[in-house]
Amino acid sequence: MSDAGRVAALLAVDPVGLGGVVLRGNAGPGRDAFLAEFRALLPEGAACRRLPLSVSDARLTGGLDLSATLRAGKPIAERGLLAEAHGGALLVAMAERITPFVTAQLCAALDRGIVATARDGVEAVNPAEFACIALDEGIDDTEAAPASLMDRLAFKLNAEAGCDEVDVDVDAARARLPGVVLGEQILNALTGTALALGVDSTRAQLFALRGARAAAALAGRDVVTEADAALAAVLILAPRATRVPQAEQEEDEEQPPEPPPPEDNPPEEKPPESENELQDGPLEDRVLDAAKAAIPEGVLAMLQSAVSSARARGGGKSGAWQKSGKRGRPGITRRGMPGPMARLNLIETLRAAAPWQRLRRAEGGIEGRVLVRPDDITVTRFRQRRETTTVFLVDASGSLATNRLAEAKGAIELLLADCYVRRDMVALLAFRGAGAELILPPTRSLVRAKRGLRLLPGGGGTPLAAGLLAARDLVDNIARRGGTPAMVLLTDGSANIALDGAPGRARAMEDALAQARGLRLSGHATLLVDTAPRPAKLARELADTLGAAYLAMPYADAARLSRAVQSAMPVTG
Amino acid sequence: MALAFPFSAIAGQEEMKQAMLIAAIDPTLGGVLVFGDRGTGKSTAVRALAALLPQMQAVEGCRYHCDPAQESRLCSECQDRLSRGALPITMVTVPVVDLPLGASEDRVVGALDLERALSRGEKAFEPGLLARANRGFLYVDEVNLLEDHLVDLLIDVAASGENVVERDGLSVRHPARFVLVGSGNPEEGELRPQLLDRFGLSVEVKTPMDIATRIDVVKRRDAFDRDPAQFVALYLAQDAALREQILAGRALLAKVRVPDAVLEAASRLCIALGTDGLRAELTLMRAARAVAALRGHHEVTEAELREIAPPALRHRLRRNPLDESGSTTRVERAIAELFGA
Repeated sequence: MSDAGRVAALLAVDPVGLGGVVLRGNAGPGRDAFLAEFRALLPEGAACRRLPLSVSDARLTGGLDLSATLRAGKPIAERGLLAEAHGGALLVAMAERITPFVTAQLCAALDRGIVATARDGVEAVNPAEFACIALDEGIDDTEAAPASLMDRLAFKLNAEAGCDEVDVDVDAARARLPGVVLGEQILNALTGTALALGVDSTRAQLFALRGARAAAALAGRDVVTEADAALAAVLILAPRATRVPQAEQEEDEEQPPEPPPPEDNPPEEKPPESENELQDGPLEDRVLDAAKAAIPEGVLAMLQSAVSSARARGGGKSGAWQKSGKRGRPGITRRGMPGPMARLNLIETLRAAAPWQRLRRAEGGIEGRVLVRPDDITVTRFRQRRETTTVFLVDASGSLATNRLAEAKGAIELLLADCYVRRDMVALLAFRGAGAELILPPTRSLVRAKRGLRLLPGGGGTPLAAGLLAARDLVDNIARRGGTPAMVLLTDGSANIALDGAPGRARAMEDALAQARGLRLSGHATLLVDTAPRPAKLARELADTLGAAYLAMPYADAARLSRAVQSAMPVTG
Repeated sequence: MALAFPFSAIAGQEEMKQAMLIAAIDPTLGGVLVFGDRGTGKSTAVRALAALLPQMQAVEGCRYHCDPAQESRLCSECQDRLSRGALPITMVTVPVVDLPLGASEDRVVGALDLERALSRGEKAFEPGLLARANRGFLYVDEVNLLEDHLVDLLIDVAASGENVVERDGLSVRHPARFVLVGSGNPEEGELRPQLLDRFGLSVEVKTPMDIATRIDVVKRRDAFDRDPAQFVALYLAQDAALREQILAGRALLAKVRVPDAVLEAASRLCIALGTDGLRAELTLMRAARAVAALRGHHEVTEAELREIAPPALRHRLRRNPLDESGSTTRVERAIAELFGA
């Protein structure tokens, strides 16, 4: 049986206990095969709902069914998708792009098995126990389903791997599950394995126990065996590993001090074997070995460097973005006709009409209909607040690293503090060596911004063109999502790596200037901070090409820097 | 209603548990903010606390479950009824109201009763979540994702103890005293500093890192999930003892003395840390008093002050993006400097 098949079977045995699965990868036969297989394993008639990206709040958690309300002349509630999925499965389409709001609702339902509604005059609590299948179509590792959701789903699968036919007796396993015993040794082994792999979430550890029980139930056993525990470790703990047990320690040292908690030192990699646990050691090692073998090869290599960024990413980038702007504070609600700046507010309109119903009926209205007159109509004006995202593009190449990177970091920290006060978002791009790297996706979290900055490595060539290209992609992306990007570029302006990665000053400069012209066309506010020890022509030229304000760092104290950024930035509000 | 995880069965997380107990002893402290990693039992603790608290007296039929013992705080309806005769009394459980993230303002503060308005053309007030939370707890998970204007509103009502509704042609005010408990994950966004300051206590929770505690946490949670009733029975006695402690603490609270020397120490600590306004000192003093009451002491000592200073102060420090050390460290450093290690 393939891993996907095993996951489908385990999940079908204990859908609520295991939460669900993240299917990462594009739509295709592989994903369809898994979904079809899983659906076949669910009990006859179980609900299977799809949560579209554009789901409205009311449709998600329930609320007032407007058309039914107007028809009936009294409030009619609808249950919402979460409650409708009760007893079955909920497919979350494009999980990498769902909003923090939807994420939070989904997480609350997964945690409590119920969905509570309190909106639009409707208050209800409905059961909502389901297996959540998150379809994560993120392309690169900056796009992923929100971490808080992933934490609540036991499994993570590559959707494109496909799924073979599963021939198991799920009903029998379900009946057996409540009686399955999980011994102390197995429990200690699984918890120890989680610790050794750096899996901190209590949820993940509980998932491992439940997964092992479900595996035993599937195999027709009443006691969890080592094989069941190993399977759970492979399917549940291994994909969550944030560190590799007994890996080279010097690489571990390079890790930032903060992301792994203080106790996270290499010496503790093997869980301490206190005296009474001695005999558990071998069992735990075997479970751990199984889990280790299951960590994909690429992941092993990436883990050392990726741990920090994976954790730093936290809530997922699209989430951070979407929190802003459109979900901002709706403005005033007042009587008037809907228009481009104001949307009809149905609830308030009904409220306005409500007190008059009896009178209007007496005047000759139709019985059983809500009588709405034009002067009842109420609209909500949305405050047009566009959020500013300041993108820092930092030259972290060797030429800068040697003498000025620390200073540049200092300057950025000052600017960060400034952005924090204004509640702007910040993003951090760096270019060095062969290309550009997104150190920090747009965020409002100062904690993450500072961490990203601290981890910023220095050294290597100066691929200025690649940096500008990446910046252009990012600012365009921000603008597309309704934000207002502003860019702060810190460089000395001397490039030596061309866009295609070839070394050579002339080509590199040519490419950089070409990119700068392109960036200028996007028309976003830009500030260039010249980091050369002595202000040079190069950077000035680049600033002119970019249409950017120019500031030489040697003369920039904290206050001037901050003022310069503010004046370069578009007015918000 | 499903059984809640017993409070005394929560392994570790001492600071969070203590903060919640203190908030239960002195509801005027201003609530608790719990920030921390996922899967560390934040919401478990809130629900457990509510299940722990004893039932309370309330006016029968009152929509705000007014306290019959406190006539000055009765809602207008109860005052009407009182003027016509004695109020009927009933016992109710302490409410814990969840504020769902998508809650609209009308459901939070209360609004025109749509059903009655549409079907009978009557103008009546339908109380919202704030009314239900009166004399209990209002729990907001992911408080940092809540719309700013709703957070403003919550904190304002929590501080004034009264909900004033002026909308839909209604003009209603009713008592709304509750302990606000907010939780969240700082990686997903931060609260405005002005809001942070309004929370009485702030605790940080982390995943325990030693294997024994972790095994314990997992084991207990697993046992609870498998058979809630049996598990709850195991902790019945401990929970009851804790309940007695809270009740004794509440009774004692008003009698706990705060010596001038301790007050002075509190002020010096706040000055050293540069906290704005007097709220810091006030909260620090009240929290220390509640700790003393919880322990059955009649007088606050420096020990209680030192112990409670980090949760009472860490979220009030002026943000300094250049200071690498966390706010907890800064509070501890200041304590060490003032009082010696």
